[in-house]
Amino acid sequence: MILRLAIGSLCARALTVGMTILAIALSVALFLGVEKIRTGARASFADTISGTDLIVGARSGSVQLLLYSVFRIGNATNNVTWESYQDIKSRPEVDWIVPISLGDSHRQFRVMGTTSGFFEHYKYRGGRALEIPVGHGLEDLYDAVIGADVAASLGYAVGDPIVVSHGLASFTAHDDQPFRVAGIIAKTGTPVDRTVIVSLEAIEAIHVDWQTGAKSGQITPREVIRDMDLTPTAITAALVGVNSRLQVFGLQRWINDYPEEPVLAILPGVALQELWQIVGVAETALIGVSAMVVVTALIGMMAMIFSSLNERRREMAIWRAMGARPSTILGLLVLEAMLMAAAGALLGLGFLYLGLVIGQPWVDAAFGIWLPIDPPSLRDVLALGFVIGAAALTSLFPALRAYRLSLADGMMVRI
Amino acid sequence: MIPPALALDDVAFAWPGRGGFSLSCPSFQIAPGERVLLLGTSGSGKSTLLSLVCGVVPATRGRVLVGGTDLGAMSAGGRDRFRAEQIGVIFQQFNLLPYAKVIDNILLPLRFAPHRRARAGGAIHEAARLCAGLGLPEEVLSMPSGRLSVGQQQRVAVARALIGAPPLIVADEPTSALDAATQDHFLRLLFDRTDEAQSALLMVSHDERLAPRFDRVIRLADIVSTERSAA
Repeated sequence: MILRLAIGSLCARALTVGMTILAIALSVALFLGVEKIRTGARASFADTISGTDLIVGARSGSVQLLLYSVFRIGNATNNVTWESYQDIKSRPEVDWIVPISLGDSHRQFRVMGTTSGFFEHYKYRGGRALEIPVGHGLEDLYDAVIGADVAASLGYAVGDPIVVSHGLASFTAHDDQPFRVAGIIAKTGTPVDRTVIVSLEAIEAIHVDWQTGAKSGQITPREVIRDMDLTPTAITAALVGVNSRLQVFGLQRWINDYPEEPVLAILPGVALQELWQIVGVAETALIGVSAMVVVTALIGMMAMIFSSLNERRREMAIWRAMGARPSTILGLLVLEAMLMAAAGALLGLGFLYLGLVIGQPWVDAAFGIWLPIDPPSLRDVLALGFVIGAAALTSLFPALRAYRLSLADGMMVRI
Repeated sequence: MIPPALALDDVAFAWPGRGGFSLSCPSFQIAPGERVLLLGTSGSGKSTLLSLVCGVVPATRGRVLVGGTDLGAMSAGGRDRFRAEQIGVIFQQFNLLPYAKVIDNILLPLRFAPHRRARAGGAIHEAARLCAGLGLPEEVLSMPSGRLSVGQQQRVAVARALIGAPPLIVADEPTSALDAATQDHFLRLLFDRTDEAQSALLMVSHDERLAPRFDRVIRLADIVSTERSAA
């Protein structure tokens, strides 16, 4: 009966109570959303590469190497010479090795030169391989295989021509040597979706007429280029698979001690951990800020209860006259606060899922982060419980004031 | 011998920190089932006396007995429970929780008084019976109290005070918000119900015209002396 009366009392003040619930709901949705994006981003990053034991690149930071080789974030500071690549490739521990050459772009997407081994060995999300449902892989020198997002946002179909720009965000184009879309990779949710893949030789081919980063006057005909030796002099990085996992550390040490050139081999998982340590500070700050928003909403609720106390003194007197103890009145106010917080928490959960349903494709397209729509995790439920508990706690302040008022007023309100 | 419904014996009380308002009442009694009108203006200690009678505040000296039970011997929580069990209260106006249904308002005191609930029997049925006796149509029971007229609200307050037939009904100017015609009708209904429940009625008012209808009329100033010391 008290519960019913508490709900009735809240409904009677629908406007102020509704606003308070809305504030709590939005703060809860924000808090859970931040958590969702955080775990979603981590999962997406962790899912991006699997099956690769080592990533080799020029010596720099391991996080940097991971970011530019796998996530296409940032740039390589240096290259690895073809000779070093061959030396690593000839090691007995190496099962497979896939070279990667980055540096050019097509519109807003990066162009990656590699071998057909990339399609064979690059795995994502627990060992899934790339699929090319439309068209085929790299066969001709001027074939380009594009990611799903490239195809979708530029409206490309198999057979369309592609002109690669020199460098990133550049106005000089390799317009003398256009590519042809040979295949479109099925959506992966990884940076591959936003990559134009060409052969390593093609990267060499389009730079034949280039000297130290600028176009030279002459234009070599395509037929001549096809007959040239297009073995690259350098690559950006290489993905390595070993025969036995036990050999990973031995090979890594050998590469890192390679005397001819400063190269670096990293384990993707370890580099990811390092990345989380860096990102962790920002994550904590984000969680902290969103938690403060929840606290702000609860303080707003506390202010609302405080301001309602005076107009409710008459009501408190009725409760007292009917035999309610001051502690019952305290409990009533705390119960009302908890009901508001619970309604806010549930509404916030609703907002979260609404936001997920609406924002999921957009976040995926814009950031490559796949936000799964799962039932609330134990962590989420605990967070909601915590919000309700915190509401009970904050409402104690106005409730204690009501307790004292009802003790002083008794049944007779002196206004 | 049946103890008086209410007995005050050498009672004194002072509000803590309220301009030192204090009150003393050497002796005052109401017999079981008796109808007493207490005439007094506001500021004459009326509210303080009612607070003492209802056990909201404990007497600093002397004894307040309701149905023979000394309120001073009880804890604050015990007095609250005792009030719920033994006393029905009717205010001047704004008696009801406006957001609650009429039926919930009537049953509210029973929530804190299990014995009174047992006395009421089928509580909802009893509430409907009381309302019918007070001329309230049955559909009123499920309406929010805020939608009722003032006169209807006062009658609902009577039903609430009388449910479970508490031995003492305390009414604080229950008619002052009503017009003359409604006042008369209201009092007749109130008396009928208190007679039926065999409850004693202590009604406080400043309206001397009501006097002939009561068993006994007392001026507050005759039984109570107040003092407002410059604290």
